[in-house]
Amino acid sequence: MGSVVIERLGDNIVSPIGLTSTENLESILSGRSELRLRPGEFNLPEDCCASLLDREAVEKLFKSEEGEKDYTFFEKLCILSARHAIAESSIDPSASDTLFVLSTTKGNVDELAVNLDSEKYYIGHSAGVIARHFGNRNTPVVASNACISGVCAQISAVRQLLSGRYRTAVVIGADVLSQFIISGFQSFKALSQQPCRPYDRDRVGLNLGEAVGTLVLQIGEKREEIGDGTWIYVASAIHNDANHISGPSRTGEGSYRVLRDILDEIDPSELAFVNTHGTATAYNDEMESIALHRAGLDTLPVNGLKGFYGHTLGAAGVIETVLSMHAIDRGLVLPTRGFATQGTTYAVNLSADTRSTDKKAFIKLLSGFGGSNAGIAWRKGGAR
Amino acid sequence: MKTITTVTVTPRGAVLDGKLITTADISGIYRELIGGYPKFFKMDMLCRLGFVAAELLLRDIPAEVREEMAVVLFNRSGSAHTDRNYQQTIMPDNYFPSPALFVYTLANIVTGEIAIRHKIYGETSMHILDREDEAEMESVAEGVWCTSNPPMLMWGWLEYDSPESYRACFKLGTK
Repeated sequence: MGSVVIERLGDNIVSPIGLTSTENLESILSGRSELRLRPGEFNLPEDCCASLLDREAVEKLFKSEEGEKDYTFFEKLCILSARHAIAESSIDPSASDTLFVLSTTKGNVDELAVNLDSEKYYIGHSAGVIARHFGNRNTPVVASNACISGVCAQISAVRQLLSGRYRTAVVIGADVLSQFIISGFQSFKALSQQPCRPYDRDRVGLNLGEAVGTLVLQIGEKREEIGDGTWIYVASAIHNDANHISGPSRTGEGSYRVLRDILDEIDPSELAFVNTHGTATAYNDEMESIALHRAGLDTLPVNGLKGFYGHTLGAAGVIETVLSMHAIDRGLVLPTRGFATQGTTYAVNLSADTRSTDKKAFIKLLSGFGGSNAGIAWRKGGAR
Repeated sequence: MKTITTVTVTPRGAVLDGKLITTADISGIYRELIGGYPKFFKMDMLCRLGFVAAELLLRDIPAEVREEMAVVLFNRSGSAHTDRNYQQTIMPDNYFPSPALFVYTLANIVTGEIAIRHKIYGETSMHILDREDEAEMESVAEGVWCTSNPPMLMWGWLEYDSPESYRACFKLGTK
């Protein structure tokens, strides 16, 4: 990357367990989750265990901050989170060198239940609504790569900044749940009726969850005075398994290649942990254990946050990156809620308790439908 | 970026580097010029469209290049065609959600189908754009070389609305 660095200026998470990144971190440290069975929700014949936003509370908060707007719930959620991260970053979101990047898997898909020809359904339309709300006229970049979208969006932003086209990027990851999404996962028999148990011997499936996260990134000159508190982009990779569209590779091929590429750029001794996908399906967690083993990371602490939030789809990569940064800010490796007994072929260094660390870097790893895998490494402090 | 080959597939047929090679429709192109891949008929139409376009571009590319190459695609509607079909299987009076259909309700599945066919272990990504904006697509696509080093890149637009309205325009490029 030569003489430039990409820094995180600010962030936010709005989830069922907090309206700021700090609130979310505190909730995790106190063991809080809103994952529970939701009888009757979304008119589903089969009950589902999910972590859901309080829609009335979000609508009310939006109205008090942004006024009455004819936006969808999804768009309001993205705007709420972006507004907080932008305020923390002191950037001008309407500047011609600011880019909006959106990560989502299904955006406003619930509009189809109302009207099969709805214009609001189109994700590009939504991304435009969000950017225009902040007075931004640039064409937003939208990453729609299923479960890995949240890391892909960060990578897209990093590339646009490195190419010199933009100076600042607002990366938003969000998904809201609907009958459409939940019925599909139920038809796959992928869901657990209880709070999920990542990597555990008794894991039976994943939970779905709602959240939005925002990261504000900016490119700057590499300089001596970059503070120890600044988060800097290190490396990233995206790889396909070339194996199956809905099942992970048995050899962890794509995730292994992602880890291998990233470890070319950062020594494992610098890493506090790998924050994995850890959906708590039998296949995903097994695959990740194989990929970690192949990459020589058997002893490195690993954690997964799906036990607090469920799988938040397009939000996952963003909120899990933000939480990893805030955890290291406090010298912590966050707990893997729901994990008790090793349940993968290769042992993974997990804990249901919070652990401490003096390391200053981490890898965020994801994989998903379409055989896709992605990872990004961030390091705190200092121009290297 | 240096463009090596361009392919366009529309209801009028397939055009390779400006030359009309067939006037067949998507399945016709498969039968006439490809064949031997029964999984083709399990795919939704967006994937079939991407599959035939990729096939026409990649057939002469050596396996070792394909393994490391990147695929960066764009469209406006995501998986709208299949989303609408799936939505109709979860109506209150007709609720039979199908996993075989649901898996195609993700825009990036087409990149996975292409990766499986051509054993591409490199980057695959899908982006949503409001319109087929060549400059915007090229900027995002060639961004792969800012953070990685694939020997080749296949990038472009694909959109499937109906048998009368579809379009794929893929390019093969090198740094």
